[in-house]
Amino acid sequence: MNLTLKIWRQKGPNDKGQMVDYKVKNISEHMSFLEMMDVLNEQLVAKDEDPVAFDHDCREGICGMCSLHINGEAHGPDRGITTCQLHMRMFKDGETITIEPFRANAFPVIKDLVVDRMAFERIQQAGGFISVNTSGNTQDANAIPISKHNADEAMDAAACIGCGACVASCKNSSAMLFVSAKVSQFALLPQGQVEAADRVLNMVKQMDEEGFGNCTNTGACEIECPKGISLENIARMNREYLKASLKG
Amino acid sequence: MATLDSKVPKGPIADKWTTYKDKIDLVNPANKRNIDIIVVGTGLAGGSAAATLAELGYNVKAFAYQDSPRRAHSIAAQGGINAAKNYMGDGDSNYRLFYDTVKGGDYRSREANVYRLAEVSGNIIDQCVAQGVPFARDYGGLLDNRSFGGVLVSRTFYAKGQTGQQLLLGAYSAMNRQIARGKIEMHNRHEMLDVVLVDGKARGIIARNLITGEIERHSAHAVVVASGGYGNVYFLSTNAMGSNATAAWKIHKKGAYFANPCFTQIHPTCIPRSGDYQSKLTLMSESLRNDGRIWVPLHLEDAKAIQEGKLKPTRIPEENRDYFLERRYPAFGNLVPRDVASRAAKERCDAGFGVNATGEAVYLDFASSFVRYGTEQAKIKGIHNPSKEEIIKLGQAIIEEKYGNLFQMYEKIIAENPYETPMMIYPATHYTMGGVWVDYNLMTTVPGLYCIGEANFSDHGANRLGASALMQGLADGYFVLPYTIGDYLSDDIRTGAIPTDTPEFDEVEKSVKERLDFFINNKGTHSVDYFHKKLGNVMWDKVGMSRNEKHLKEAIAEIKEIREDFWKNVKVPGNLNEFNQELEKAGRVADFLELGELFALDALNRNESCGGHFREESVEKDGPQKGEAKRKDKEYAYVAAWEYKGEPSDAVLHKEQLEFKDIELKTRSYK
Repeated sequence: MNLTLKIWRQKGPNDKGQMVDYKVKNISEHMSFLEMMDVLNEQLVAKDEDPVAFDHDCREGICGMCSLHINGEAHGPDRGITTCQLHMRMFKDGETITIEPFRANAFPVIKDLVVDRMAFERIQQAGGFISVNTSGNTQDANAIPISKHNADEAMDAAACIGCGACVASCKNSSAMLFVSAKVSQFALLPQGQVEAADRVLNMVKQMDEEGFGNCTNTGACEIECPKGISLENIARMNREYLKASLKG
Repeated sequence: MATLDSKVPKGPIADKWTTYKDKIDLVNPANKRNIDIIVVGTGLAGGSAAATLAELGYNVKAFAYQDSPRRAHSIAAQGGINAAKNYMGDGDSNYRLFYDTVKGGDYRSREANVYRLAEVSGNIIDQCVAQGVPFARDYGGLLDNRSFGGVLVSRTFYAKGQTGQQLLLGAYSAMNRQIARGKIEMHNRHEMLDVVLVDGKARGIIARNLITGEIERHSAHAVVVASGGYGNVYFLSTNAMGSNATAAWKIHKKGAYFANPCFTQIHPTCIPRSGDYQSKLTLMSESLRNDGRIWVPLHLEDAKAIQEGKLKPTRIPEENRDYFLERRYPAFGNLVPRDVASRAAKERCDAGFGVNATGEAVYLDFASSFVRYGTEQAKIKGIHNPSKEEIIKLGQAIIEEKYGNLFQMYEKIIAENPYETPMMIYPATHYTMGGVWVDYNLMTTVPGLYCIGEANFSDHGANRLGASALMQGLADGYFVLPYTIGDYLSDDIRTGAIPTDTPEFDEVEKSVKERLDFFINNKGTHSVDYFHKKLGNVMWDKVGMSRNEKHLKEAIAEIKEIREDFWKNVKVPGNLNEFNQELEKAGRVADFLELGELFALDALNRNESCGGHFREESVEKDGPQKGEAKRKDKEYAYVAAWEYKGEPSDAVLHKEQLEFKDIELKTRSYK
């Protein structure tokens, strides 16, 4: 198929940036979206033009490196997948596809479609861990039984890949789904209880400092999340936060 | 020829590590504050090492080319992590895990290292649970285990199909705690471009800031390389797009020997290639082989019709199918080890029986499992005289519960429903057992330069068993390196900070900058990927699953030609001082173009078949094993460690003779 691509080009963080049109021809429907971008970049290199910068790495939907807002949706039109798992059969011959970076104040553009997600790193550093040293002398792994239900729910929350689609999809650029996934994972496990209050307070504080917006329960994040992280996590984080605040 | 000192401690194998740990020198806590350590790569091995070293009190500087340590390709491991916990009470022990790993590696790994790996495996699980890793549990709340290929016990711990992700996030969280305390200085989006030696010791690195393009000097008292494997030398592999061998190759060129590069794992259950535009291959967990049967058509005309899209596999009757693994290996059937399964699939496809348009695919069929599980379910549910459709539906539900995410992933990529049409699979490069040579301390042949995780060579011999990569990465990083590095650093407590304004740093930085300048100014005719694809084709065709002298010699010559062409005609757009992904790729491919040649040279030198390395000249000529791989223990029971001498083909071979005192060498038989 032949396609027209409208792509956000921005030389650097201080450049104004603009949409630029490109044409690609003979794209196979079996190609992944990023393979189509590879084809475009090969064309640009051949013409001595600057290829389009975009983040990607594992290309199997788990590293969380790829992003892209495609036709107005984070990770494109398909559900439950990342951009690297999106295939061209989701598009029609002759279609115009708009490709933009994830947009949020807390995610400044580095170049073209690449954004800086260090705000997520700093939130994790504020409390996204359990304070246990590597000694090899922690208690036996089976010393504390954990109900299968809680373990499974913790796993579902822990499946977050930190891509930022939730932020990019939210009209308020809220990071509540991302933060609540980590808070929930540890809140559901006995190992996480000791520091639970400090964790939620510190992570939320950092989230606010980074300039992410508030949650107004529209639920767009849950729909666009490639890993199906549930809104229930946000509710759980709010409970944890309230509990921690009351404790003082 | 020089011999290598592996520094394996004396004494009975089960006591070596404990006794050794008791005797090595330690650095006192106050002095640790004065010592800096650089860790390059922050996957399972590098991430866990960085966190632990920082906890101990060292100042750690960690480097990752992605925007976060959480992106490292360890995250893509699906199946699980082995540990000799014996929670299932099925007779597992440290010795058994040790034995299985040495045997699975076809007797080409170092016994003492493998025993230590087995010994600390249980600690890894304890540590990860304490960190909040949500492993799968049973209804009693205890940890669940499953079994994996090549072993007789259930010792694999898992977190759904995302075990690598959860373990990496565990190590990442431990790192975050240390980053917040200032004990780890994290350099995201930075790439190490060379190591700096001062008086023969590793004392720093030159790195490029991938956002600004700035070249930076970083010094330390020791350097740890944990940069993963070199599978992308094949262009197409299951590795991440950015996975590269640059750090490992650069230290090789500065004196670290490179061991057994030809030991590469080609994994049998990957999604086949669909066209020339393909950028990478996707692995599906080998657990699928527990319930799927692998076949191709028995008759060539059926295969041709399928390739042309004129025939559907479901229309081929049972008697016209060739279940070639069950035919060739009745005892293990579809569960033979990865190397054996991969070669058998290639043999059928080479003979023209492949089942997609490219002729490079075989079927993995779940139809009989649907019936088997469905019949059982009908009995359990008390359904009398169920119809065939009912049985299949019940069976499909069980398969969906077990492998639903894999079936969904397959459907997204291939756009075919694997519940209705058999899956198509083909082998792909997945893991490299070879790597930088290290001694028992995980130190390379350069003092103060360490190598851990997939980047080193030591534990998996010629073939790695499933669920052992995660185990090795974390064992090295959490439990081995933090001890052994102290022994070396105890001499450095009075050294003080290493200055970077020295001639040694000047010189290395200059050569790094010259190379980058060359790429930008060359104004050649072809993109980096053009050369990478050419290299990949030679590697796959001539240094792939099946190797022979003629092809290997051709490969060496062809790789050299591609390399010369690359240095004349490569085209890299853009500038040095900006975010430039083509420039990043250029450096990595330049290194693959050298590594590939050494890889072929090593394969040529090893005229035996063992594990993932199959030489057509070395097969059993007769008897029940006729046509199967023939290992030659008398001649090749050694580690081939190569010393860099200029051109890759000038490399000098050093042998570390392998001793098997605790395990008897046997022929692997899966017949």
